[in-house]
Order: sequence, then structure tokens, then C-alpha cells
Amino acid sequence: MSMRGRLTLVVALFLVGVGLVVLSVAVFLKPGTPGGVTNFTKSQAPGQTVHLTAQTVGSIGFGPHPTWVSYMVKNPTTGKWVQDTTWELPAHTKIDVTILQFDSGSPIRNQEWGQVQGTIGRSMTLNGKKVSAYNSYTGNGIGHTFAVPTLGISVPLVGVSPTASNVCGEGPCSLKLPHELIKFSFMTPGPGNYPWQCFVPCGLGFLYGNGGPMSTQNYMGGFLDVVSS
Amino acid sequence: MTDENPKPGAMSHLRRITYLWLVISVVVDLVYWFALGPHMAPGRMTSTARSDQFDFNFLMIIALPVMIAVWTFLGYSIRTWNAKKKGVPEPVGGEAARGNRTAQVAWIVVTSVIVLFLAGFGTVALVTTHGSGGGEGPNPLWSPAGASAAETAALTSNDSWSPKDVLVVQVIAQQWKFTYRYPQFGGFETSQLVLPNNTNIAFNVTSLDVIHSFWAYQLGVKADANPMENNVAFTETQQMGKFVVRCSELCGLWHGAMFDYGHVVAASDFTSWATATEAANAKNTKYLAPFAWTYVPDANGAAGGYYIDANVTPYSKSELYGAKPGS
Repeated sequence: MSMRGRLTLVVALFLVGVGLVVLSVAVFLKPGTPGGVTNFTKSQAPGQTVHLTAQTVGSIGFGPHPTWVSYMVKNPTTGKWVQDTTWELPAHTKIDVTILQFDSGSPIRNQEWGQVQGTIGRSMTLNGKKVSAYNSYTGNGIGHTFAVPTLGISVPLVGVSPTASNVCGEGPCSLKLPHELIKFSFMTPGPGNYPWQCFVPCGLGFLYGNGGPMSTQNYMGGFLDVVSS
Repeated sequence: MTDENPKPGAMSHLRRITYLWLVISVVVDLVYWFALGPHMAPGRMTSTARSDQFDFNFLMIIALPVMIAVWTFLGYSIRTWNAKKKGVPEPVGGEAARGNRTAQVAWIVVTSVIVLFLAGFGTVALVTTHGSGGGEGPNPLWSPAGASAAETAALTSNDSWSPKDVLVVQVIAQQWKFTYRYPQFGGFETSQLVLPNNTNIAFNVTSLDVIHSFWAYQLGVKADANPMENNVAFTETQQMGKFVVRCSELCGLWHGAMFDYGHVVAASDFTSWATATEAANAKNTKYLAPFAWTYVPDANGAAGGYYIDANVTPYSKSELYGAKPGS
């Protein structure tokens, strides 16, 4: 092979190598959103309040980890429950959130998360009753929270009675089964990606309860993908 | 040295290089110290940040002349003993490439002295009265005047703080957020970190789960947050403004999102904020576990309890800051 041919081969191999490295890094850095994104920007006219309905289930019942606890969200277009935790929302818009909590609760490690923060009026309603802080050592305790740390939002999701005979076994759960109805509202900020998560270490069987579903997207955490409306 | 030697009456190479190095070093050091130094990280918001900045700048003005010496010699050599120059001998081999024992010994001695001096300087900087801003563990080697009394009073959870007192702030790390308790204001807990200006702060850092690290970069404070350990770090606020708090210990999925912003405000504004927050959070504060230096997380199960670490003896004159008694 001529010198020019060798040089061309070396350069070509080098470029292929660089391309593989770049591709690997890009794949590694790509957000893990296997379930896709639920879009709430098309379900109403710009500027109008967005209605977001989610449910928390004790075990998702399908997929690679059917026994894991999980959030599910109602697709605003199809009305079907899906296991997406990346929610695309319009910026500077009021979001009315309804969460149907089907999981049981307990005293939580840090009662700070029993306090409602960052919502409009700094409160929520629990089965129609206004609540600003919930003592996790009372009643059925707290099962999960919905929290967006960078926006200062935290809402406790009170647990259902674990002794109820017809507790939901797997998601999506029927509204006929025992659940707690939590409602609150908040305003989205400007465009950006805001991570949200549960702050109750609910990954049973994992160190400090924060592994498994607490450390895997599409279960107990995700993103508010806020875009220009 | 043969043909490249200076002509009779001219300065020797060594003297030329020395003068060149001296002039450049003085100019660069002065420019650095007065123009760049005051803007170097981490700034001057606190005594520890100011101290960190001073230490960094001091190291720089020592290091810069060393770097300049190397570059000056290199530049001079290239210019003076360049092989392409007419009459200059082959640079590889020959007299020009021979070692110079005096130069070698001088280089080793000078750089060794500098390194050892800086090691001593750094060690002293860690234990002088301003402290380093690092976590000193449950039994700090150094603490500001009044810290012991303030931490003791903090455990009584009464409203005991007034401007000029040491402010006790408990930093509670958990996956994946820092929260803060103010024991001198009834022990309320909040996600906001607000500090009064011109005040000694005692950060008591702990964790409710895995290892985190509380890093308030502009404050010059960094302390590991370990479960069932009270890691104490001190600083004195000296400038009002906003600062960022980050977790600097890889702690899981949302480690990258584990940050927030704090504020240093006027003492009167701080008192107003703390009093108002104490009142606003009063309902939830009643539900919190009693204030303690550490809390016992349930490592084996979900949710878990939030209760004080019964093995900790908080505060005595002989065992400060929650040292654990012997078994």
C-alpha cells in the first residue's frame, strides 16, 4: 500500500474511533425516558389552567419491575393511564394537580416532608379538606410525596389503610378501590427542566429505601419539562 | 560554553536570566496580587472564604515565579542556543548539554524548601483562628468563642439567639435535598438556608441516609454529611449576598439536582425571617423529632423513623459536640 493509502486508512480509522467515542458518550448522556413524555401543552389553549392527574400505586404490575411502587399519569389526550414521569408543561401557567394515592403509608424519616410547601396558598386538599401539614405519626401515615426541589414544591401523599381488604394490587388502580384524593395547584416557572421526586424512601428492600424505584426514572421521580406556551 | 558566551564585559547568561526572571516575576506577582487575586475563588463572603482566597493567592505568588523561572530559562535557551544560529554548537551532546551540578542542587534545594514551607503554611492555616471551613468532626479542634455555649443552648430548643451570638444551623442531608434546622428558633426545619451577616455560624452537618457532603462554595465551607455523625464546621459571615449549596459526594440518581441557594442577609432581616418562619412552620415543628445532633435512619426498610440517636451524648465540657461515649 502506498504511503498516501496508509495515511488515508489511518485517518479513516481515527475518525471512526472518534465517532464511536462520541456516539457512546451521547448515548450515555441521553436522558433515560423509556416511557416517553406525556405532553400537557396541547390539551388546552395557551394560558389556560392545565389539569394534571396522577396516581401512586403500591406495585406497578407490569414491565421489568412489576412489584415496584410507581407513579402513573393520565394522558390528557387519550385519557389512558401511562407510566411516564416526564411531563411537558407550558411555562408561566397554573397547574391543577390531582393525585390519587392508592399506596399505604407510615411515619416518615423526615417529618419536614409532611409540610405542604410551594403550592398556591401553601396548602393542599385531602379528600376535600384543606391541609398545610400532616403528622405522619397519625392516621395511616404518609406513603409518598410529590416534590420539585428546585421550585420549592413538596406535597405529602397520605397513605390508605393497609388493613383494608380491597387495597389496589397493581396499577393502574380503579377509582372504586380505596384511595386518598389529594389536590393542589402551582405555577410553572420559565422554560426549563425541573426534576421531581418522592421524598419518602419507599424503595422497600433497598438500602435506606432509596434504591430501586426511587433511583429509576419512570417510577418515583422524573422531570417537569417546562416549555414556552 | 564557547561561541555563545557573552562578549567580555557583558553580563553572564545566568545573570541575564536572573534579572529577566526577577523583573517578570515581580510584575506578574504584583498584577496577580492586586488585579486577579481579589477576584479568585471562593470570594470573600465569610472568614473562611477570605482565608481560602488568601491561601490560594499566597500559593500562587510563590508558584508563579517558579513557573516563570522555567519559562524564562526555556525562552532564553531557545533564543540564545538555537542550533540554527550561526556559530552555535550542536545542542544535543557537547558542552552545552552537560549537566551543571550547581544548578541541579540549587533547583532541588530551592523547590524543596518552597514545598516544605508551603506544607507548613497550609497546616498552620488549617488550625489558626479562622479555621478552614472544613468539617472538623463531632469534636472540633478549633471553635470560635461562644460556640460551646451556643450549641449547649441550642439543645434546649428555646428562642435563645440574638445578634452577635453564634448561630447554630443543623444541616440535614437526605437523598436528594438539604434541609436546615434552627434550634435557637424553636427547632423549625426548612428548605431555605438564610444566615445573618457578621455572625459566627456553627454548621452541624449530618445525614438521614447515605453519605453526602455539604458544600457552600462561596462560604468556604465543606463538610461531609454522614448518617449518625455530627460534623461541625464554622465560619463567620462577612458579606451579604446569595450563595450556592451543592452536594459534593456522589449520592445516587438525583445527586446532580441536589443543590439550592442560600442567602446572607442583614442581622435584622435574618431575625425577621427566622421569627416569621418559626411561626409559619410551628404546626409542623411540633411533629418533628426533638432536636438532636444526629438521627437514626432505618437502613433496612422503607420510610423509616426519624428519631434521635440515643447513643449520642450531646455536649459536655469534656466531650463537645455530641461525642459518643465509650462502649
